[in-house]
Amino acid sequence: MLNQYGPILIFFAIAAIFPIATLAVAKYVRPRPKQSAEKLMPYECGITPESDARGRYTVRFYIIAILFVIFDVETIFLFPWAVQFRVLGLFGLVEMLVFLGILIIGYIWLWKRGALEWI
Amino acid sequence: MALSSDTLFLLGVAVVKVVVVLLVLLTAIAYIVWLERKLVAHIQSRWGPYRVGPYGLMQPMADGLKFLFKEDIVPLEVDRFVYWLAPFLSFTLAMLTFAVIPFGGSFKLFGHEIYLQIADLNVGLLYIFAVTSLGVYSIALAGWSSNSKYPLFGGLRSSAQMISYELSLGLAVVGTLMISGSLSLRDIVNSQTGTWHLAGTNTFLPHWNIFVQPVGFIVYFIAAIAETNRIPFDLPEGETELVGGYHTEYSSFKFAMFFMAEYANMVTVSCIATLLFFGGWHGPVFGPAWLHVLLPVFWFALKVFCFLFFYIWTRGTLPRFRYDQLMAFGWKFLLPVALLNILATSFVVAWIGT
Repeated sequence: MLNQYGPILIFFAIAAIFPIATLAVAKYVRPRPKQSAEKLMPYECGITPESDARGRYTVRFYIIAILFVIFDVETIFLFPWAVQFRVLGLFGLVEMLVFLGILIIGYIWLWKRGALEWI
Repeated sequence: MALSSDTLFLLGVAVVKVVVVLLVLLTAIAYIVWLERKLVAHIQSRWGPYRVGPYGLMQPMADGLKFLFKEDIVPLEVDRFVYWLAPFLSFTLAMLTFAVIPFGGSFKLFGHEIYLQIADLNVGLLYIFAVTSLGVYSIALAGWSSNSKYPLFGGLRSSAQMISYELSLGLAVVGTLMISGSLSLRDIVNSQTGTWHLAGTNTFLPHWNIFVQPVGFIVYFIAAIAETNRIPFDLPEGETELVGGYHTEYSSFKFAMFFMAEYANMVTVSCIATLLFFGGWHGPVFGPAWLHVLLPVFWFALKVFCFLFFYIWTRGTLPRFRYDQLMAFGWKFLLPVALLNILATSFVVAWIGT
C-alpha cells in the first residue's frame, strides 16, 4: 500500500510547495500602490455593480448536475466490468446489457422529455 | 522503527523522480505557451514572440518574471480563503495526475529495477479520472469566491461543460479497458506491444489500440479538448461574452496558477491519449543499452508533442461553439456514440473470446 501510494504523497508535498513558495515570494517583490474603492470593485466593464453577484441562476445547471451523477455512477460501474470482461464471459455480457439497457431507456426518456435541451 | 538501506534507497529514488518530473513538466508548460504563441502567430501570418532571446525563446521566463512582479489586486468582497484556495487546488491537482503516468520502460540501478514512472497504481486510470474530476472544484470555487458576475457565470458554465464531457471521456476509454483487461497504465501500454499479424503476413502496423478503437479515440479526444476548456470549447473564457471567465478577478501569480494548470491539463490528456491509444513509449528501439532506456522516453515525448501540436492547430483553425450547441453535442452526440462503442466492442470481444 505504502509502496504504491507513498510516492504520490511525496509528489503532492513537493508539488504543493511550488505555488505556496511562489505566492510567498511574489508577496515580497510585487509593488503595492495605493488601493482605492474603485480599484477593488468587482470588474463589470467599468459599470458600478448593482447587486450582489451570487444571485439566482438557471435551473438547467441543476438538471445537468443531476444527470451527471446518474451517468457518472454508470461509468464507474462499467470500469471494473470492462477490466474483468474476459473473465466473466457471456454472463458478464448479458448482465451489462441489462444494466445498460435500463440506462439507455432512461436516456431516451430524458431526451423525449427535453431534459437535454438547453434553452 | 529503523529504515533499512533498501527502503531509504527507494525513497531517495522516488524523491529524485518527483523532482525531475516536476521540473521537466514546468519547463514543458512554459515552452508549450511559447510554442502556442509562435504557431498560432504563423497560422495567422504574424511573427509571434521574437524579441526576447533568439526566436523569442526567453519569452516564457520574461512572462514568469512579469507575473511575479505584477500588482496583486484582490477585490474587496471576495471570500479570501476560497479565493486563495482555488488557484492552489487548480495547480496542484493538474500536477498530481502526472504521478501515475509512465513515460518509459525500466532500467537497473544498483540491483534495483527502476521504473520510469512515479507510482504504478493498479487503479492508475481511475486515479487520473478522480483527480481530473476534482479539477472542477477549483473552477467552481474560483467563480463563486470572486463575488463578481462574470466569474460566476464563467464558473457555472465551465463546471457544467466539464461534468458533461467527463461522461464521454470516461465512457470512451472503457473499450480499451476491455481489450487490455487492466486499469494500470503500465499494463495497458504493455498490452500494445508488437505488431499485427494478418493471416501469416508480417506487417508493420503496430499493435496499438487506435486501430481497434478508432471511435473510442475520436470521442476521447474531442471530450478531452472540451474537458481542458480549449478552443473550440473554450466557452468558460469566451472573451466576447464573459471577459475572462472564472479567472476575471485574478491577477499576478494567482492568475498564472490557472494558466499553468490549463496547460498542464493539456499535457495530461495528451499523455493519456498516447498511453491508451498510441502504444505509450513503444517504438523502434536500437543501439546500445543506454539508448534502449532513452529511446522509449523519446517516442513517448514525440507522441505527446504531436497531440499538443494538434491542440494548437485546432486553436488556430476553429471558431468557438455556441453554448447550446456545446451541450447538445456532448449529451446528444458524444454520449450515445461512446455507449454504442462500448456495446459494439463488448460484442466483438465476446465473439472473439468464444
